[in-house]
Amino acid sequence: MTVIVGLEIHCQLDTATKLFCGCSTDYRDDPPNSHVCPVCLGLPGSLPKINRKAVEYALRVAKALNCEVPEESEFARKNYFYPDLDKGYQITQYDKPLAVCGYLDIEGDEGEKRVRITRVHMEEDPGRLVHKGGADRPKYTLVDYNRAGIPLIEIVTEPDLRSPKEARRFLNKLRATLEYLGVFDSEKEGSLRVDANISLAGSERVEVKNITSYKGVEKALTFEVTRQKNAIRRGQKIVRETRHFVEARGVTTSSRSKEMEQDYRYFPEPDLRPLRVRDWAEEIKIPELPDARKQRFIEDYGVSPTHAATLTGDWQIAEFYDSLPADLRVSTATATWVADTLLGELNYRDMSIRGVPLDHFKELLLIRQAGEITEKAAVEVLRTLLDQIRDTGTCELPRQCIGRLGLFVIAAAEEGADDPVTAAARQAIAENPQAVADFCQGKKEALNFLVGQVMRKTRGCAKPGDVNRVLTSLLSGDE
Amino acid sequence: MPGRTVSFHPDDRYAAFLRTIPEAPCGEGRLAGVPVAVKDNISTAGIETTCASKILKGYVPPYDATVVERLKREGAAIVGKTNMDEFGMGTTTENSAFWPTLNPADPTRVPGGSSGGSAAAVAAGLVPLALGTDTGGSIRCPAAFCGIVGLKPTYGRVSRYGLIAYANSLEQIGPMARTVKDASLLMEVIAGHDPRDSTSRDCPYHHAPDPEIRGVRIGVPEEFFGEGVDPRVASVVWDAISLLERKGAEVITCRMPSMAYALAAYYVTCTSEASSNLARFDGVRYGPPADTKKPWHEAFQEQRRAGFGEEVRRRIMLGTFALSSGYYGKYYAKAQAARNNVRADFERLFCDVDVLAGPTMPTVAFRFGEKSDPLSMYLSDILTVPANLAGVPAISVPCGKVDGLPVGLQIMGRWMEDERVVDVAYAFEQGGSP
Repeated sequence: MTVIVGLEIHCQLDTATKLFCGCSTDYRDDPPNSHVCPVCLGLPGSLPKINRKAVEYALRVAKALNCEVPEESEFARKNYFYPDLDKGYQITQYDKPLAVCGYLDIEGDEGEKRVRITRVHMEEDPGRLVHKGGADRPKYTLVDYNRAGIPLIEIVTEPDLRSPKEARRFLNKLRATLEYLGVFDSEKEGSLRVDANISLAGSERVEVKNITSYKGVEKALTFEVTRQKNAIRRGQKIVRETRHFVEARGVTTSSRSKEMEQDYRYFPEPDLRPLRVRDWAEEIKIPELPDARKQRFIEDYGVSPTHAATLTGDWQIAEFYDSLPADLRVSTATATWVADTLLGELNYRDMSIRGVPLDHFKELLLIRQAGEITEKAAVEVLRTLLDQIRDTGTCELPRQCIGRLGLFVIAAAEEGADDPVTAAARQAIAENPQAVADFCQGKKEALNFLVGQVMRKTRGCAKPGDVNRVLTSLLSGDE
Repeated sequence: MPGRTVSFHPDDRYAAFLRTIPEAPCGEGRLAGVPVAVKDNISTAGIETTCASKILKGYVPPYDATVVERLKREGAAIVGKTNMDEFGMGTTTENSAFWPTLNPADPTRVPGGSSGGSAAAVAAGLVPLALGTDTGGSIRCPAAFCGIVGLKPTYGRVSRYGLIAYANSLEQIGPMARTVKDASLLMEVIAGHDPRDSTSRDCPYHHAPDPEIRGVRIGVPEEFFGEGVDPRVASVVWDAISLLERKGAEVITCRMPSMAYALAAYYVTCTSEASSNLARFDGVRYGPPADTKKPWHEAFQEQRRAGFGEEVRRRIMLGTFALSSGYYGKYYAKAQAARNNVRADFERLFCDVDVLAGPTMPTVAFRFGEKSDPLSMYLSDILTVPANLAGVPAISVPCGKVDGLPVGLQIMGRWMEDERVVDVAYAFEQGGSP
């Protein structure tokens, strides 16, 4: 059974001020109702005034998604009652959206895939309800309007996605694109909300609302596919309905059908003039996007396509990679180290690239490149630093950490001096007469065994080449 | 330095004010120490602002409307908030949730509306100047009924920031005064661009009224003297137009066929916008606290049923219906088409004439309770709504009496030509032959 999925994605635009007033959008650590004014509180008589920066951000998105920008677009009022809605309507766009008819290419289930974008429009976020006295049966509810008026864009796709995994990939690509554009911060709580329409070919479609994470999209859709397939198998008909995703339980539940009958009574917002921004859209420059960057990494740095996709799939990682010295960038080892080791260790800890001091890891890479530590030691230091960040929020400087752990490479002196490598080699020879005897009888494997012993004694900090040289010289001296 | 104040203890026998400020602060400027009354749908920081509605009882705005800021900047004293039809919805000020205002010209009659309190305060001599608002005639009607001057400016010429919206696309704040000169002065103070109002235009008003009207072409649409217009009112207004002709203006009769649909277009548009504007009064933020033990939607319903008056509820329901899916095309969209026709009619007429003239109201002031049927009340707005639909300036100037009751002459002008309607009104006010 073919799975048909279309998405409606709401993203908060990362502007400094709200969509229709000058209030700061940086409210997350502040007390409720501290980022408000007559406009975003919807006080009687206040009027919205469009934030040009928000329009510019939205136009960047439109451009990156290859959309057409109509000559004229218009704000409209979406009328409905809800306690978090300060004006009793939301200012949004309806039949004249900012941008239409775009697309985004993604890595689909069967290779490269073009997902069509129906429209991109702007709207304001409503306030937020805070339920007091138990989540299930709250005693009372408070309203926080700090979020009211935060600029959102809604991106609507055509039903072009064919699996929950494809939907997830689309979202990842979209997130990367928005972050490359500098208009979106995916780390901010509540910065992304997704509604998904999903149907099995030939059946009614179901809308799943309230998905607030990237993983959630795949989970919710996977649940729906199973639920709908099972229902059909049992001979039940899929009814057209709205369902809510309950993230904690990974399930969708049916909402009251009443919500579907909501009539929003849209009409043009009389307090704002229509937007005529087509010419402006044409002038707007957008930065290099993930696909172009991936191509550049492959061509200029010789990075493998798989690693290039990983390295450019997140703006911050791509920036990090680009900031490395040229000789590091073109080294396969660096690409592997960043794409596999660093991201792998982050993933293992469920940590994000944000909030880790990338400069430290750059230094670590440089130390490793200079041969001051071994590959093995570099991984140990990376793990130590990441654990520190996870547990305390900060970490040591790499050199400090390496020194503390005694992981700097121990260099052997050129001839006969009493350095730690030579000392360890002497010890290994003294402790393993059998191996020495075997070596003297021409068994080369015995040398490997002795090298291993020396490496262990130096905790992996000696250079294997040094160890080899010192051992060979000592053993030949013994002869 | 202690701030200067104006003592204000009026004998408000016509119940023009909802509240007064006994010691009103004032300052320096063109209106230094001049007491100004402000309609109660205009936000005044620290002064309760209710739109004459129970649902806003106790609401004290934390900010001043732009026009109030401008009054204060010129030294004016805001001495009180005037009565009105609840949220501006009415033609008589009888729809105030608190009390009716009496017409100083005849206390057995209504002062007109919805800016009835402002008109009565000026007509009774309590203040020389007042601010009104005009959505479909709410400045001009009470000006005509009370015998004062009232100007509805071009849409966009005066900031609406702080005006509690009834029908955003139609309404303007405007001056009310005993003379054209005073109205023009008040207009100078309040007009001009306001970046907080996206519909505001950068077109300040600096104008000294000029009574010279030789060569001005005055169009008189037949429809303004059609069915429903009291012949005695029509005759007084024709006399006024003849006076203008004697002073050198050229009078040309013309037709305005779009008038046939103007009233319907107006009522569909204003009720639609109102149904949305008034949605915010749900009891969460304003008015007496809702019963929180009920689910929110029930609490909202109770709050709104109890807080809004009958006419407001009627218009909210009409507007909600007009915007409903399946009816939008039949009503709201059609109303906008009709509105465009009105605009086109004005544009066409203004190719051949400079201003249009006619009566402001079809009749003189009604007796209290005379218009008990809402439809007949709505019909009395027929001559004032075209200017709002087109966004053009219109002034009402007293031009005579019928049975001792004032009659208003209405002059409508081209978009942004508020100066010209003021001049024609001023020419008439100067009277006689030059």
